[in-house]
Amino acid sequence: MKCSDLNGEFEALILPAPESDVSGGYTSDLLSDVMAHARQGDVLITIQSHKNTVAVASLAGISAIILCNSRPVPDDMVEAARQEDINLFRTPNNQFDTSCRIRRLLDA
Amino acid sequence: MDIVALGSGNPPLLILELLIRLKVREVMSTNLVTATRRDTLRRIQHIMKDMRITGVPIVEHRRLFGLVSIDDIINALENGTIEDAAEKHMSTHMVVLDENMPLSLAISYFRKFSFGRFPVLNKDNEITGILTSRDINVALLHELTLELDRMETSTVTDLKTDDLHMFKVYHVGKYDFENAGKASTDIKRFLKNRGVAASIIRRVAVAAYELEMNQVVHSDGGTITCRIEPEYTELVAQDTGPGIENVEEAMKEGVTTANEWIQSMGFGAGMGLPNARRVANEFHIESSRQAGTKVRVLIRLNEQKEDR
Repeated sequence: MKCSDLNGEFEALILPAPESDVSGGYTSDLLSDVMAHARQGDVLITIQSHKNTVAVASLAGISAIILCNSRPVPDDMVEAARQEDINLFRTPNNQFDTSCRIRRLLDA
Repeated sequence: MDIVALGSGNPPLLILELLIRLKVREVMSTNLVTATRRDTLRRIQHIMKDMRITGVPIVEHRRLFGLVSIDDIINALENGTIEDAAEKHMSTHMVVLDENMPLSLAISYFRKFSFGRFPVLNKDNEITGILTSRDINVALLHELTLELDRMETSTVTDLKTDDLHMFKVYHVGKYDFENAGKASTDIKRFLKNRGVAASIIRRVAVAAYELEMNQVVHSDGGTITCRIEPEYTELVAQDTGPGIENVEEAMKEGVTTANEWIQSMGFGAGMGLPNARRVANEFHIESSRQAGTKVRVLIRLNEQKEDR
């Protein structure tokens, strides 16, 4: 699945790398935990809407971030995502429902 | 008086941070010129003249009894009571500051009351200093100068880069979440551009990021020195303090001293040092109250390691 396939499912805030592959997902709000356990090509499901999340995603090889619960997103986070080629999405759903949705999309 | 125009518009974040971070005890004058209750106002007048001060606390055995200000002296001269003992005319209705108060709170006292100076007491109610608006100005200027120095040197010192050789020093500021991750991102980009295996880059990135975040979250600031050679990447994180009390404990997963707001940002989960150690081929940490914390991580670029 490509990151562009997530567009429509979730609100795309910025999509600088629509062709990036999504091979799995990781759900966590602890950035050190994400750093330790997320895999290359994962989509990160989280409520941490600030620019440090983008740095972590970039370093861990994460292709997209989905921000849950309609968290407000600061402009500098969107800007950081643009610079780091990280796709940024938002959803009104919580982390559990979003994770399930990603699972189904990956299995489809 | 308004020392910093906090009420008008938005003061720079740096000033706000300083006002909250600095405690009264770090700013106050500790060179106390005091008198006793038995001293005459005449004597106190001479002290004021000689020391060029406008207020003298009346102190015995570190206990504060009152304050004689220049107004009290003028009144005494007018009323002919200048030879009286201080205790007869000193002000005993005083507003005092706790030495552990943040400066921001102390400044509000200057606004609220029309005093030019406030005696400062410790938790045992002993006088430890006196705070005037001049002390605040001097302290702020001093801190701002330090901060400017830091900003001027905070650009990356780029000493050598070619092929798979790099030697850089990154400066990391305390609580600088704005620039957090820049060093690790830079190092990662360098390795990526030179075609280093993704799994190795990931390990370097994890170690660099955790060391960087540790300095942002826990230290008073420091440097990350990165040396890349064809065979290895070496990261040395050196900070200026305050040091780790129990290194063995800090190496355990889940042990953290981070405060709540840092944790609310998703940091301070107590995984930083364990994460860095897990991805490293060599890991060494030393820490002391005097020298701060130094962590050295070595990752060999031609050798896979299970990091999960």
